[in-house]
Amino acid sequence: MTIRALFFGHYRDIVSSGERELTLDVPATVADAAAALAASEPRLADLLSRTRVAVGADFATAETPLKDGDELAFLPPMSGG
Amino acid sequence: MVLLTTEPLQPQQAVEAVMTDSDGAYVQFVGVVRDHSKGRSVTGLEYQVYAPMAVAQLEKLVAEVKARWGLACAILHRYGFIPVGETAVVVCVASSHRAEAFDACRWAIDTLKADVPIWKKEFCPDGTFWIEGDEAITAQ
Repeated sequence: MTIRALFFGHYRDIVSSGERELTLDVPATVADAAAALAASEPRLADLLSRTRVAVGADFATAETPLKDGDELAFLPPMSGG
Repeated sequence: MVLLTTEPLQPQQAVEAVMTDSDGAYVQFVGVVRDHSKGRSVTGLEYQVYAPMAVAQLEKLVAEVKARWGLACAILHRYGFIPVGETAVVVCVASSHRAEAFDACRWAIDTLKADVPIWKKEFCPDGTFWIEGDEAITAQ
């Protein structure tokens, strides 16, 4: 399956893009997507393990299952306001 | 009501959205871009948002204020580049009495800072920095 990973804050600087398509074996969880990303972007590896995530614009966890076409956002500590 | 926009904010818009004739008070928090941050000189901020989630989270805050305090709340947040002196965020809560309006307004702005997917980048004379929680990370 293919999902869309979204990046914000300085993660976006590391990836040099706001988003990236990821192809994953079925079934896959958020943790599997993070592991795939960490393999291709070593600078993200430590960060992703302690980053909040959202699937479909709602908070999710490492165990959240993914399905084809999902939008998975990696959310650095927030700083609005 | 909730508004996420790149345009300058009008705090009065939030007041008009929440006030009814039964309200005796409103408490409004207005966050303005200042010229310094933790010893750094700041010329402006750029806010990045995950828009669909930010709007949904702001709507949850408004609903939570209604559920917990029974009060109407409006939140406006600007994103993109905002120069020093201009408004970045407005939280307004209307109430019959002031005590619960202060409580609800403070809860809303505190929770916004922690749980709404918005990030600020500081523009300083010696570079730009992502603010992530308490950390400042050099931006590219």
